[in-house]
Amino acid sequence: MSAQFQSGARPQTDPRLGEVVLAARNVAKSYGNVHALKGVNFDIHRGQVTTLFGENGAGKSTLMKILSGVIQPTSGEIVLDGLPVSFGNSTEARDRGISIIHQELSLAPNLSVRDNIFMGREIMGASGVDFAEEERQCRKLMAELEEEIDPLTPVEDLRLGQQQIVEIARALSVDSRILIMDEPTSALSATEVEVLFKVIRDLTSKGVSIVYISHHLEEALQITDHAVVLRDGTMTAYAPRAEIDLEWIVRNMVGENYDLGSPPEGHALGAVALSVRDLTVPDPKGADYNVVDRLSLDIRAGEVVCIYGLMGAGRTELLETVAGRLRASGGEVVLEGREISHLSIAERIARGLALVPEDRQRDGLVQTMSVGENLSLASIASFTRGLFTRRKAERALIDASIREVTVKTSGPAAAIGSLSGGNQQKVVIGKMLATKPRVIMLDEPSRGIDIGAKAEVFKLLAEEAKRGLAVVYSTSEVGECLSIAHRIIVMHKGRISAEFDSTVSKEKIMAASGESVAA
Amino acid sequence: MSDTTLARSAAAKPAFSLGRLLLEGRAFFALIAIVAVFSFLSPNYFTVSNFLIMASHVAIYGILAVGMLLVILNGGIDLSVGSILALSGVVAGALMQGVELPALGVILYPPVWAVVVLTCTLGALVGAVNGVLIAWFKVPAFVATLGVMYVARGVALLMTNGLTYNNLSGRPELGNTGFDWLGFNRLAGIPISVLVLSGIAILAGLMLSRSAFGRWLYASGGNERAADLSGVPVKRVKITVYTLSGILSAVAGLVLSSQLTSAGPTAGTTYELTAIAAVVIGGAALTGGRGTVRGTMLGAFVIGFLSDGLVIIGVSSYWQTVFTGAVIVLAVLMNSIQYGKGTRKS
Ligand SMILES: Nc1ncnc2c1ncn2[C@@H]1O[C@H](COP(=O)(O)OP(=O)(O)OP(=O)(O)O)[C@@H](O)[C@H]1O
Ligand SMILES: [Mg+2]
Repeated sequence: MSAQFQSGARPQTDPRLGEVVLAARNVAKSYGNVHALKGVNFDIHRGQVTTLFGENGAGKSTLMKILSGVIQPTSGEIVLDGLPVSFGNSTEARDRGISIIHQELSLAPNLSVRDNIFMGREIMGASGVDFAEEERQCRKLMAELEEEIDPLTPVEDLRLGQQQIVEIARALSVDSRILIMDEPTSALSATEVEVLFKVIRDLTSKGVSIVYISHHLEEALQITDHAVVLRDGTMTAYAPRAEIDLEWIVRNMVGENYDLGSPPEGHALGAVALSVRDLTVPDPKGADYNVVDRLSLDIRAGEVVCIYGLMGAGRTELLETVAGRLRASGGEVVLEGREISHLSIAERIARGLALVPEDRQRDGLVQTMSVGENLSLASIASFTRGLFTRRKAERALIDASIREVTVKTSGPAAAIGSLSGGNQQKVVIGKMLATKPRVIMLDEPSRGIDIGAKAEVFKLLAEEAKRGLAVVYSTSEVGECLSIAHRIIVMHKGRISAEFDSTVSKEKIMAASGESVAA
Repeated sequence: MSDTTLARSAAAKPAFSLGRLLLEGRAFFALIAIVAVFSFLSPNYFTVSNFLIMASHVAIYGILAVGMLLVILNGGIDLSVGSILALSGVVAGALMQGVELPALGVILYPPVWAVVVLTCTLGALVGAVNGVLIAWFKVPAFVATLGVMYVARGVALLMTNGLTYNNLSGRPELGNTGFDWLGFNRLAGIPISVLVLSGIAILAGLMLSRSAFGRWLYASGGNERAADLSGVPVKRVKITVYTLSGILSAVAGLVLSSQLTSAGPTAGTTYELTAIAAVVIGGAALTGGRGTVRGTMLGAFVIGFLSDGLVIIGVSSYWQTVFTGAVIVLAVLMNSIQYGKGTRKS
């Protein structure tokens, strides 16, 4: 362990800093033999933003859950306003003014936005719950976040990004003085992040203290006042904003510098692998417009195509239709020369078309199965001979996947829920790569994975592309487009609004998506 | 990066803990406790012959419970098994009486093997109706199987006019004897019904742990959307489990009417609840995706040995009901302790 405290000054002795409102003192947390935290000191300063960086599985979420009473530490103490406290559960912490936005959404899908926001803290009127008042406050929150989400929509009808907004709104509605945000922006677009940052600045100016976790390092740098780096359950570096830059974070996080690279070069593109012709998809919720509107697209073997767009541009629907989950109302999908519109998802996977879905909890993982069983789920046929599955072949496949996408786990038998958020995401990617696809579609695959893992995944995709894999990569991060794509397609309202090659500038891409270009 | 990968696999052996062992092996320890207590209370309990008799009672519940386990693993529930059991028994009874074909003026007396095949086919069909209603028409499992439960029971009552077939022995001159074989004969001293149960349990166990279908079943019960997107044929899996549950109900119906040497339309009332109880006591989660055949078998034996033991020591049947209920609640309580701890949010 080479990196020790980079800045010699202990946080609370530095006069530039606000007073410490909440602190972890020598906090450790173990799950059996897995030591998620090994004695961490962590300070939260009044009215300032502390960002927490660290690789997937470094212990960020664990520390935040301890500070917000969701779980209890194995040893060490929590100090609130200078006095040691212990929270039995998150409600106790909330009553003391600490609230948390969880990395994984914790909404009730069948309830409306309003009911989710006020769940457990219903506003009581003279005759039961005062729904009108709740709705009014809910509208106000949405206006503050500049979102057009109706308070009465069931949460399950919202897109992932919108659900994340609801999660944020719920935390904001509590009026807490310490707000912990664990990857609040993983499904948000650049514009929405801007709005959130405005809200955060507003909060800090009112004296609210914020903890912010994100794997979008540039983004986090914009908002941070202090940066803390966790590595393997220990705090390895601390510094105020003035002393840090991107390179500092990455060096302390992973020990070396990572470059996301550039699009794979030096191989000839093959024949058209996937061809979408005039595809039209009606709104899955029954509204009378088309989420994908007569869209045509060709992807050649060995080519990496990025689809950029805002939330609601129709990217997810396009990919889900090609994968066979949604039904198109018109047009056709041709895989390596054969029309596949009538095929089931399983048959499409067998022909080499794989989709890495956006929402890992809902569409990606089987929570009751182990890490290994999740990784092998989409390739069962490849290790089944006759009636039975072959354990050795399965084990080999699982081990290869774990190595390929660098899943940090105690072993294939570990419960999927014991993995950190980013590592769960890697399992979803690994599962579909294990099917040995000819065309792979990834829908926002970098949600929650750290910079090292992202580089690893990009390298893997680039290598496979050189061997003829066609890659469709949907993202709302412009930077990602530029470091992997041969061709960038911008979607807007169900149609392709622009197409660029890899030499284009970020601003051009963003302008084509209908996004207001931020400074 | 790769140094962190898998680095902990060697160290990941969970520490030995008595509490954990007791929790995970609870059905097994419960069974041992039941056997110990009743052996102490009654000298007749701990004898080979009594165990074989009790085991042949357990066979009925056990067979139903295996089918129920498959359905519950899928995240569903099958309330119709008791009714399918009765309907199968009645149909088998009717077939044993001979089928009159008025158009041809003949009466057909199908041999026993044909009766068995026809009855199982009937069970499969009724089960498939459940499956299609649930998988294609999106009827909630509880409602679909509740409806089929009433319909099947009603058809059984209609067929017999509420009466019971008391003569299932067939006639030697027609060559259709042997129906009592299932319920009364023994192979190497073990009742056939127990052997049937063992065979079914082993097959189901192999299917769940070693076949692709088993994996599909656990996956679609755990998260149907994710399974679907991973290429699991979730609808086919669903229809198959209800069909299998129907077949196993028919088998249980045959074994029961053979044991009783009669087939009545009211047989098997509330057996679906006993089967569900066995599955739950065996540690399966009603939300789907978790459970094993071994656990379910233990659950069936816990219920069977408990109620027979209470009969042997002469406790009133009202108390039996109370005890069974208490065991079920206790089992579910422990399930939630076990599964509540293992998972976390992110
Ligand atoms: N319930 C649990 N059982 C076993 N291990 C766990 C459990 N919860 C967390 N861990 C382990 O603790 C470590 C830290 O996990 P944590 O979720 O805090 O990581 P993280 O820093 O938030 O990562 P990410 O960036 O991927 O969200 C991981 O190695 C994880 O596998
Ligand atoms: Mg995390």
